[in-house]
Amino acid sequence: MELKDLYEGFRNPQTIKSFASEIAKEAESLAEPLRVMEVCGGHTHTIMKYGLLQILPKNIKFVHGPGCPVCIMPKERIDHAISLAKMDNTILCTLGDMIRVPGSYSSLALERAKGADIRALYSPLDVIKISKENSNKNVIFFAIGFETTTPMTAAVIDYVVKNRISNVYFHINHVLVPPAVRAIMNPRKAKINAFIGPSHVSVITGSKIYEPLSDEYKTPIVVSGFEPVDVMEAILLLVKQKNVGKAEVEIEYKRSVTRDGNIKAQELIEKYLEVRGHFRWRGIGDIPESALKLKNEYSYLDAEILFKDRLSNEEIDDHKQCICGTILQGLAYPQDCKVFAKVCTPSNPLGSCMVSDEGACNAYYRYGSIDNE
Amino acid sequence: MCLSIPSKVEKIDENNMATVDTMGVKRDISLDLMADDVQIGDYILIHVGFAMNKIDKEEAEQSLRVYEEMVEAMQTQEDS
Amino acid sequence: MRTIDMGVLIMSNSVQLSQGGGAKESNALVNDLFYKYFSNEILLKSEDAAILQVNKNIAFTTDSYTVNPIFFKGGDIGKISIAGTTNDLSMMGAKPLYLSCGFIIEEGFSYDDLEKIVKSMAGELKNSGAKIVCGDTKVVPRGSVDKIFINTSGIGEVEVENISSHNLVQDDVILVSRDIGAHGATILSEREELSITSDLHSDCASLWSIVEKVFKNNITPSAMRDATRGGLAAVLNEWAETSNVCIELQEDAIPVENEVRGICEIFGFEPTDFANEGTFVLSVKECDAKKTLEILKEYSKNAAIIGKISKKRVGKVIINTVYGSSRYLDMPKGELLPRIC
Repeated sequence: MELKDLYEGFRNPQTIKSFASEIAKEAESLAEPLRVMEVCGGHTHTIMKYGLLQILPKNIKFVHGPGCPVCIMPKERIDHAISLAKMDNTILCTLGDMIRVPGSYSSLALERAKGADIRALYSPLDVIKISKENSNKNVIFFAIGFETTTPMTAAVIDYVVKNRISNVYFHINHVLVPPAVRAIMNPRKAKINAFIGPSHVSVITGSKIYEPLSDEYKTPIVVSGFEPVDVMEAILLLVKQKNVGKAEVEIEYKRSVTRDGNIKAQELIEKYLEVRGHFRWRGIGDIPESALKLKNEYSYLDAEILFKDRLSNEEIDDHKQCICGTILQGLAYPQDCKVFAKVCTPSNPLGSCMVSDEGACNAYYRYGSIDNE
Repeated sequence: MCLSIPSKVEKIDENNMATVDTMGVKRDISLDLMADDVQIGDYILIHVGFAMNKIDKEEAEQSLRVYEEMVEAMQTQEDS
Repeated sequence: MRTIDMGVLIMSNSVQLSQGGGAKESNALVNDLFYKYFSNEILLKSEDAAILQVNKNIAFTTDSYTVNPIFFKGGDIGKISIAGTTNDLSMMGAKPLYLSCGFIIEEGFSYDDLEKIVKSMAGELKNSGAKIVCGDTKVVPRGSVDKIFINTSGIGEVEVENISSHNLVQDDVILVSRDIGAHGATILSEREELSITSDLHSDCASLWSIVEKVFKNNITPSAMRDATRGGLAAVLNEWAETSNVCIELQEDAIPVENEVRGICEIFGFEPTDFANEGTFVLSVKECDAKKTLEILKEYSKNAAIIGKISKKRVGKVIINTVYGSSRYLDMPKGELLPRIC
């Protein structure tokens, strides 16, 4: 098997067509419409890019989930990043799209244009390189991401601790999938009866983390890969479970996901990070025990503690017209938003769902408009 | 951002960094999160500069075989 | 290009602002570099302005080049400054004839690099058939520009009239002259912090000879455009809006090289958003499509018919996927890269 088979095989149009046909047959037996939440923004992206909505039966509906770590960052924490970046002798580093998300009065991109030293990294490893090249400056890593990205931050913390690097600090904003799913399911407003589990969160954590959710809410959860064939296969597995009354965690993405996950990565996280009591999610509000922070013995690396007099924790609400929060909870679609694609576009985003490639609004804007007509 | 793609390992150095190839584009990534032995020729998933896991070639091949059979069955059905 | 206004000095192999006087040094730069490589009888007349003759309608365009990095695989800022401007003329059916050339150079810029750039421009002038007939050079204090910026304005003689983004009509066929995205992908891959190696190189090239051949075969495209900043997506959306038509593309017909796909996979970009500097799109009448493709294929095996004008959704560009679904191809979302052309 060649590398290109891994791409082409899981994007094969014939395979997708066959799955569409199988799904259509099975879906005829569904007692009620399938309202499946794809938790992860990457799956939203796949569904929209390959137009899967157009080839699935009408009794299967997608509800877009909060799996976009940039999208759920509340404004006050973006303002933290900006405040840290504005400190003297400081280099603020973060990953990709975070640069463009609007806080309450500015964004990291705007501050960079005004002269702040802000770096958008493709890998947290670059923090080490930057700290060595700038030994007279403070390098602060604004760490974001779900469980997929947390181990990489932990690996960098590990390096900093073991090598006693004295000019690197961390502002931790890593969040967790299961508490977010609970926060959406508990109010029972979104009427979700199936889940597509995230691909790469699951590579790290293993599928075991979804078992309590599946039991509690009696919904099937299928962990799917990112390719369109994976998503179609996952949907077929969900429909089949529904038709026999099952509500289990199943792995579609067998070539990459196991029940236990990457133990080494999990251990590295547990060494340096722990769950924090509360964390406010943009649009959803406080979700207890849904995010991580540095353990007390590493508080000397914690930018939130060391620079706390620069950081305000006043909660800041979204732009009045922005309904990102409602969309993140699966209670609305981008086209329900009055400013979607009119005032709020990827080049001029009002809310975070439009900024990130994994945001529902961004995916709909780039790929989806044709479905809504 | 969680979109991670399979890449082939071409070289591994003494600092636990691997050179990987994705459709002709080569990058250096860290193997620090891998407990298993990574070999040249393995397919791994990369995310923000680190290898996350090895792709199970047998599982992948099996999935592709199952898909092929499904497509053939559908085509036979269509022809009849 | 007769004189340089501020005193310029070549010192320690770099271009410097001289403290006063320095007309001698300035002229050295002009003679040893610009006149030597751009030599033609109009330029060498060395007047305040060039006197030109044209026999037909004139096409006139200008562009400034600020690409970073200035040297990249497949080209450099000099090559682009010639190809880019002459291509704009070619796209309007005009044979590129005369260019002006303005340099704005940061104090301390390497003389060797400047010579490399000028040499590269000379090479591309030959390819395009155009001549630089006038110019200007300014050296500015360190930090005022990033290394070097070049402006070229161009005059061409319109050989075939009426090629315009307003002229696309129902049932026209859309073709592309080669695989897309090479330039943008190359510039991205050469950004230092990404540490990527690949065989990617820019498609930077002058297009007049291909365009001339199309004309010689009695084909008049409705419209032509080189897909520079904003890529294929930008051009087609502008056409759809300007001509008030719908452009429908077949996704699997759009040619993209593997490595460009690789970059797109890694960074989540679309090849249709990447800039091209030697690739153009044409809209021709249905009856001319086959012959046009044959001609384009003489220059690149990846030339392809990628779509047609339809009535589906006027003003929009639609991509039909191999999966039986469709989606809009929208304008690219904004600044993908820092200074790509």
